[in-house]
Amino acid sequence: MPEHPWRTVIALLIGAVAFGITPLALAHLWALYFSPKKPGPEKNAIYECGLESKGDAWIQFDPAYYLYAIIFLIFDVEAIFLLPFAVAFTGLSMGAAIAMLVFLLLLVEGLIWAWQKGLLTWA
Amino acid sequence: MNGSMTVLRILPEIIFTLTGVAIMLIDPVMPKQASRKPLGWLAAFGALAALIASLYQYSLPVGTAYFGVVQTDAFSVFFHVLISGIILVSALVVLDAVHPDTESLGELFALMSFGAVGMLLMTSGVELLLVFIGLEISSISTYILAGFRRKTAKSPESALKYFLLGSFATAFFLYGIALTYGATGTTRITDIAAGLATSHALPIAVVGLAFIVIGLAFKVSAAPFHLWTPDVYEGAPSPIVGLMSTAPKAAAFAVLLRIAYEAFPQLQNHWMPLLWILAAVSMTIGNLGALRQKNVKRMLAYSSIAHAGYLLVAFTVLSTDGVAAASFYAVAYAVMNVGIFAVISHAGGYEDRLTLIEDYKGLAYRSPLLGGVMAFFLLSLIGIPFTGGFFGKFYVFAAAIHSGMIWLAIIGLLNSGIAVFYYLRVLTATYTKPMDSSPVLNVPRVSAPLCLAMALTVAVTLVLGIIPGRVLSMARHAAETFPVFSTQQTPVPGTASAVMAAINTKAR
Amino acid sequence: MVPVSYYLILSAILFSIGVGAFLIKRNIITIFMSIELMLNAVNLSFVAFANYWNQINHQFSGQIFVFFVMVVAAAEAAVGLAIIIALFRTRKTLNVDQVDLMKL
Repeated sequence: MPEHPWRTVIALLIGAVAFGITPLALAHLWALYFSPKKPGPEKNAIYECGLESKGDAWIQFDPAYYLYAIIFLIFDVEAIFLLPFAVAFTGLSMGAAIAMLVFLLLLVEGLIWAWQKGLLTWA
Repeated sequence: MNGSMTVLRILPEIIFTLTGVAIMLIDPVMPKQASRKPLGWLAAFGALAALIASLYQYSLPVGTAYFGVVQTDAFSVFFHVLISGIILVSALVVLDAVHPDTESLGELFALMSFGAVGMLLMTSGVELLLVFIGLEISSISTYILAGFRRKTAKSPESALKYFLLGSFATAFFLYGIALTYGATGTTRITDIAAGLATSHALPIAVVGLAFIVIGLAFKVSAAPFHLWTPDVYEGAPSPIVGLMSTAPKAAAFAVLLRIAYEAFPQLQNHWMPLLWILAAVSMTIGNLGALRQKNVKRMLAYSSIAHAGYLLVAFTVLSTDGVAAASFYAVAYAVMNVGIFAVISHAGGYEDRLTLIEDYKGLAYRSPLLGGVMAFFLLSLIGIPFTGGFFGKFYVFAAAIHSGMIWLAIIGLLNSGIAVFYYLRVLTATYTKPMDSSPVLNVPRVSAPLCLAMALTVAVTLVLGIIPGRVLSMARHAAETFPVFSTQQTPVPGTASAVMAAINTKAR
Repeated sequence: MVPVSYYLILSAILFSIGVGAFLIKRNIITIFMSIELMLNAVNLSFVAFANYWNQINHQFSGQIFVFFVMVVAAAEAAVGLAIIIALFRTRKTLNVDQVDLMKL
């Protein structure tokens, strides 16, 4: 009987979950028997080398941040075309290399535009 | 493959790209206070060069380039000329309507050029991937253009509505392509017909075709996928509305024609009723909706829905006549719509000072030239003889009656009757003497670019209405590029034309 | 081997969830996310079909499609976010029910 392709996946999944849960469960059992709960202000404080949190995490970000984010998003994703280009580079014809060059120049053109427009300086 | 020939096949696209890039590079280095109008002239000259290049493409032999992805034939060149012309006139109209200190004017002209690249690629692409990219280039540019007056309340709202519904439609279009690819194993429009003949999954192809039609129906604002149109047209700057109600629609219609007749001729029993319903519903909803509008731009939005309906009537005529009538109507509609929006954007300005029909009272007295041109285009939209609108409607309905679509023709003619009412309302307002108490309508002086734009559109509308023969023969020539209709050449086994010939003999 | 129909059914379900969320949700960002979900559902279809056709006639142009869809989706996201920011600056809301200056 051929092995079902998902059997290894399921076995690995169970193994991975067990690997995480077993030590946690053991630690919990250990704590139940050997360390009774005695909470106090010292003990409830956050971990000693961290900082006390100030204010709310849900603050408004500066809109300038979004400008960077949008520009970054474009350039980040356009880089997807560079990967197949790099893989196939040795077998490419001249025309294909020129086409890629045009693509890159257009990207650079966008960057120059954003730079000249002052979108890269934090206002 | 001849190297220089391949570049010539996308020459108008290259010209538009270079224009847009040049504008984007020049704009930031110009002094901040300097007028951006020279950039507008640059865009206009780029469009003119692209128009000439498109006309030149007529002399190229039919063929494909870049691994068979783009095809220049009479059909794509026909739409190239149309779209380049629309961009040229729109650039002139924008030049007239804006102040020199309008915000980010350089980007506006650059986006117009880039959008044109997408529209041109849509019409010449024979690979669905390229058609999709072209559709997105044109859509994304128009989303931004719709929201260009970003400090106002309405403009970003219209951009948002356009963007959300437009991307929704894109997703449908894309899913349709995916299903078609699954059923036929190819995304090349010219190979799909052959793939369908051997396909084991025709139902998937039918669903895919339906999704493609839904996606494109959104783009051409055919009812019941028209809901975004009035809001977007109301909120967007008027000069831009003239552009985006014509050029992207013409391109989308071209794609629909190519996909329907070149990729899915076997499934015509499936798509024909679909388009029949779309046509009937669009005509009716468009005209009834326009009747109760007080805002001129909203009224024209509904009128554009109705015109999309008339154009779809031509789709149901399964012959060269149908495609030719559709192409001709696309030209006639585009020219008169760009023309009327030229008048509106001059009278109302980039800031949209005039919105309601009453606001146009006395326009003809303030400026006889503007009033006259407005009246001319309204008459053409109604379909009065000696205008392009008349012959457009005439060919569409004549073709429909010839092929036995009597009911659709009757619905269309009844709707043309309804349309007279709302166009006449604007026309009478234009020629009503304003009361002494009413605020004085301030119409700026007519500038040279506007004169040029109006002269061009009026001239073309008159040519279409008086001597339509030449344009019609070009449209017919365009229609004959589809292998479905070509009877001269002997079909090669396994190709689309062979399949079609087999279907035709079976039908006989 | 997992049959191709499994992927297609998953893709159809994801697409339907996207359509449903687009129609029901009221927050613009959430609506936007549902569009992205629809596009990615289509991508799944493309990959599944490309795999299927690759085995039959070594045609896998569907995979190329996925690349372009991803890039186009990113470009669309950038423009969409910019439009949303412009809208938020004038309206101070992200609820589509309150973006209703223009109505039928």
